[in-house]
Amino acid sequence: MNLLEADSGRLLAAIRSLLAEKRIAGPGEIAERIRITDGGTPAQGARMVARAWIDPQYRALMLADGAKAAEALDIPMRGAPPLGVLEDTESLHHLVVCTLCSCYPRAVLGYPPFWFKSVAYRARAVRDPRGLLAEFGTTLPAKVRLRVVDSTADYRWMVLPLRPAGTEGWDEARLAALVREGDMIGVTIPAAAS
Amino acid sequence: MILEPGTRVRVKADWPETRGPCHIRTPHYLRGETGLVLRHLGDFPNPEELAFGRPAQCLPLYHVRFDQPSLWREGAAGDELLVEIYGNWLEAE
Repeated sequence: MNLLEADSGRLLAAIRSLLAEKRIAGPGEIAERIRITDGGTPAQGARMVARAWIDPQYRALMLADGAKAAEALDIPMRGAPPLGVLEDTESLHHLVVCTLCSCYPRAVLGYPPFWFKSVAYRARAVRDPRGLLAEFGTTLPAKVRLRVVDSTADYRWMVLPLRPAGTEGWDEARLAALVREGDMIGVTIPAAAS
Repeated sequence: MILEPGTRVRVKADWPETRGPCHIRTPHYLRGETGLVLRHLGDFPNPEELAFGRPAQCLPLYHVRFDQPSLWREGAAGDELLVEIYGNWLEAE
């Protein structure tokens, strides 16, 4: 049988029954894993960013161990790869890519946006990152160094962006609501809506 | 031996994909290039073996920084790339 031409529903059913038969993973465990995977959304990462903006202790934990920081906000990290957090500063901006394939911090950001896995994004993020950022409407001042993080191995990476000006006194929920998916990949920079 | 932060390293100019089926986490564009170890990220089972279901030795994984414009001969001075690379792909300069 040519697996590439097989009906994907039948293949999935066959793999599920083999996993159960060999006692690797039962239907309950698979359902639980699907539930956890579907629960990952950019809103989870945004909660972490907002907390880090208002709580220096939490920020320190997040930079030291992203997975522990996620768990501290009840985001399930069991079985997820280590999570590294990249801290933007006034002089350094991070952009995350996986040139090899599609490594992405799904536990805290959910499924990647469609372009993240595209060949064009993967190639241009390392070769012409400032040109790529411009297409997302992001222009870095010349004094800001750009650090492109190619996620090739065992870690997953998210960006902790700078807290935007004009958000003084905002509470955590309001801050979290302004953080977008792209801000935590580094293609955009959060801004307070005018 | 663990490479210290600040060690200059060269990524091996090796192309195992020309010798047969393999699984590699070292991007093409970095083979043979020189960078700087920023930190040791921990030790992880070698994915080149894991991918084939073979016993996998734990290898040190490093965050290595490269100068972005010198890789491509274009770009903004000072911009950089930070990439996870396993110790078996690195040679101290």
